[in-house]
Amino acid sequence: MIKESKNFFADKDIQVILGTLLRVGVISSMTVVFIGGLIYLFFNYANVVDYDKFDSGKSGLSSVGAIFEGLKTMDGAAIIQFGTLLLIFTPVARVVFSVFSFLIERDYLYVLIGLMVLSIILYSLSDKLVG
Amino acid sequence: MSVLLFTIIVLIGAFLAGLVGSLTGLGGGVIIIPLLTLVLGVDIHYAIGASIISVIATSSGSAAAYVKEGITNIRIGMFLEVATTISAIIGAIVTVFINPSYIAVIFGLILLFSAAMMIRKKVDHSDNDTSGKLAVFFKLNGTYPTEGGIKKYAVHNVIGGFLMMFVAGIISGLLGIGSGALKVIAMDNIMRIPFKVSTTTSNFMMGVTAAASAIVYLHRGQIDPGIAMPVTVGVLLGATIGSKILVKTKTDKLKVVFAVVVTFLAIQMIYNGLSGNL
Repeated sequence: MIKESKNFFADKDIQVILGTLLRVGVISSMTVVFIGGLIYLFFNYANVVDYDKFDSGKSGLSSVGAIFEGLKTMDGAAIIQFGTLLLIFTPVARVVFSVFSFLIERDYLYVLIGLMVLSIILYSLSDKLVG
Repeated sequence: MSVLLFTIIVLIGAFLAGLVGSLTGLGGGVIIIPLLTLVLGVDIHYAIGASIISVIATSSGSAAAYVKEGITNIRIGMFLEVATTISAIIGAIVTVFINPSYIAVIFGLILLFSAAMMIRKKVDHSDNDTSGKLAVFFKLNGTYPTEGGIKKYAVHNVIGGFLMMFVAGIISGLLGIGSGALKVIAMDNIMRIPFKVSTTTSNFMMGVTAAASAIVYLHRGQIDPGIAMPVTVGVLLGATIGSKILVKTKTDKLKVVFAVVVTFLAIQMIYNGLSGNL
C-alpha cells in the first residue's frame, strides 16, 4: 500500500512538470506564429489567395532545412512555419520527457515503449515516406 | 479574395472552432475543414494540413490544464500511442493518393458518427476486476482521485482497444482530425476505462498522434503558412477562452445545437463529395 501511494505522488510531480512543458510549448509557438503572421501580412496583404488546387511545391517551406534557411532572411512565411514546427514538437517533447521519467522510475518496459513511439515519429521525419 | 480578407475569415472561423471545440469536446477540424473547403474553396489537402495543426493546438492547450489534475494515465497513453502513431503515419501517406471526393464522403460519415456520439448518454463501464493478464503486464491498471478518496480501476480487452486505436489513427492521418469519437469507443466501451481518465488520456494522446501525421503533411507541402497562421492563432485563443467558460456553464444544450450544425456540415460534405465539387 505504501509503495503504491509513493508512486502516485511521484507520477503527480511529473505530470505537473509535463503540464508546464505543454503550456510553454503552446504559448511560445503561438507568439512566433503571430509575429511571423504580422510580417507575412505586411508584405502580402493585398495579394490574391490561391489555394483551389493543391500544389506540393508552392510554399517551398516543406522541410525543416528550408524553414531554417528562410528564418535567416526574416521571411514571414518561414517564421510562421517555424512556429508551426514548435507546435508539432511540443507533444514530441512530452514523449521524450516521459521516457526520462520512466527511466527515473526504473520502469524499463515503458522506457522501451516510449522509445518505440519516439522512433516511429522520428522515422516520419525522414522525407522518404512522402516520395 | 485578398490575403488579408482570407486571413480574417479563417481567423474568426478558427476562433469559433476552438471555442466550441473546447466546450463540446469535439476537435477543431470538424469546423475548419468544411469552412476551408465549402466556404473558401480551398483544396481539401490544404484543409487537412491546417486541421491537423488545430488538433495539436487544442490537444496541447487543454492537456496542459488536464494533466495538472493528475488523472491522465500516461502508461495507457504511451502504450496506445504505439498503435496510433504508426497508423496515423500510414493514413497521412495514403491520403494524397485518394480522390478528394472520397475523402469528403469519409469525412462526412465520421462527422455524423461524432455528432451521434456527442449527444449519446455516456455509461461508465469501469470496474476493478484486475484479471486481465495483458493489462497487468503493461501496468495499465491505475487509480484516480475522487471526492471519496483514491479509486482503483482496471483495464479490459487490451488487444481490442489497441486495434480500435489503430483504426482511429488511420482515420486521423487520413482526414487530419483527432478522431476523438473513435478513441472514446476504444477507451470507454472496449477497455472500460473510467471517463475521468479516458477523456484526459485520449486528449493527451491526440497531440502525439497528430504530430506524427503533421510531419508527413509538412514534408508534402500540405501545411501552408498562409492558412496555418490564422488557424493556429484563432484556435488557441478560442480554446483558451472556451476552457475558462467551461468551468461555469452547462454544455448539454450547446451539445445538441452543435450536433445539429455538425450533421448539417456532414451532409454538405457528403453531397459535395458525391457530386464531385471538392
